[in-house]
Amino acid sequence: MAAPGELRFQEFEAAAELLSATPDATTPRAGEERPGHATVDVEPEDVEPPGDDSDRTELLGGQRQPRSFWTFEYYQAFFDVDTQQVLERIKGSVTPLPGKNFVRHRLRNNPDLYGPFWICATLVFALAVSGNLSHLTEKRTSPAYRYSPHFHTVTIAATLIYCYAWLVPLALWGFLRWRQSRGAGAYSFLETVCVYGYSLSAYVPAAVLWLIPAAWLQWLLLAVAALLSASVLALTFWPLVRADGRATALAVVAAVVSLHTLLAVGCKYYSRKNQQIRYS
Amino acid sequence: MAAAEGSGAAGPLFAGLADVSISEDIPVEGEITVPVGSRSPDEDYSTLDEPVRDTIMRDLKAVGKKFVHVMYPKKSSALLRDWDLWGPLVLCVSLALMLQGGSADSKDDGGPQFAEVFVIIWFGAVVITLNSKLLGGTISFFQSLCVLGYCVLPLTVAMLVCRLVLLAGSGTISFIIRLIVVVAMFGWSTLASTAFLADSQPPNRKALVVYPIFLFYFVISWMILTFTPQ
Repeated sequence: MAAPGELRFQEFEAAAELLSATPDATTPRAGEERPGHATVDVEPEDVEPPGDDSDRTELLGGQRQPRSFWTFEYYQAFFDVDTQQVLERIKGSVTPLPGKNFVRHRLRNNPDLYGPFWICATLVFALAVSGNLSHLTEKRTSPAYRYSPHFHTVTIAATLIYCYAWLVPLALWGFLRWRQSRGAGAYSFLETVCVYGYSLSAYVPAAVLWLIPAAWLQWLLLAVAALLSASVLALTFWPLVRADGRATALAVVAAVVSLHTLLAVGCKYYSRKNQQIRYS
Repeated sequence: MAAAEGSGAAGPLFAGLADVSISEDIPVEGEITVPVGSRSPDEDYSTLDEPVRDTIMRDLKAVGKKFVHVMYPKKSSALLRDWDLWGPLVLCVSLALMLQGGSADSKDDGGPQFAEVFVIIWFGAVVITLNSKLLGGTISFFQSLCVLGYCVLPLTVAMLVCRLVLLAGSGTISFIIRLIVVVAMFGWSTLASTAFLADSQPPNRKALVVYPIFLFYFVISWMILTFTPQ
């Protein structure tokens, strides 16, 4: 670990491995009070490995009590970000650098729900708007074409995207926790959701640029967006599963990447389906 | 008290006070309530006696004053202090009604239904309010709903203008006119609501609060712009 005098967050391999081995250890910054961010445990308490309890009680002794699930302040802890932090997280989610793990480097034990929620909302509306805009341009070219805004498809797209942003991290988190006994590490559920949410930000400009009616450009955009965000995801999860054995690690990373690409293809198909469906 | 008043009537105002002595075994008691404050509950009770027209006109005037504040957004706390949800309700219902009658070949390919518009506006306003409160805003829940609802007024005006323009024709020129009007009103709405809401946020999170408002009005503007009659 870095000496207290130089608290710069340089990414050391050993430090990253140490952090992934004890996922609940918080790194306090110099001179700053860090409120304890509550780990959202979906499964009951007895599933946790027994060794973690002593860590947690030691850490919680010096910090605030975790708030109750039903108070407003509990959720306020998930929105503890500034504008600059959100912008940097978005930038970090589209730049896959091999040394910088998104969770350790960008989130730094302060995952937020603002980014995932509003990036998903932006993606839904970007898809809806670009789908509608392609309709409008169709209307110009063929006078027999009747324009009708497919409003119900917006709700379908919203459901699909939000389900992806919540269920896939849930499955991945559950899988990693299950394999934790074999040496794989795990991030907290909130961090997993955060990574997935921010990685969807690469699809928003792609959704807008899909208006340009050149097929090769659309596929190129899809490939670039999927590649960037999927590689960030892969780099984030690779250090965790690496310890589990090569086959499992490759399987997990391949599943993550392919699901992400599937979503991209689904988005593109959605916006193209709107174009083709109304030739009457 | 009577002694002081009696001597005050005879000579200089407080000359007689020197003669007043209060012995210690007489308890000093009396009303120390300020008479002005006790008048307001009387005022509230008296609204039961006034004609219904007065009550309605008072509420209408309050709503109208808020509309004026939205159209000319300057720093005033009238919108925030006396929030009400009548204005947003009227605006939302009229906007949803005007968005009806869109092109619908079959039932499920039409424009947004009344319920969809209603839900989008109210649900969107609630989500934005929750967002700003979670980010540490100091504005209350209903005040924020009130501001967001009232700032839909420019977009309702834009919808009216769009419907009138569409009566004249639906060619390219009418589209350009509608585009300009909707974009201008969208900017007005966003600026008006930002003027009221952004000050209640911590300064390094203002953009985080303004962006969802931008998205909300953008979606409503989009629904208005893509409205095509049968």
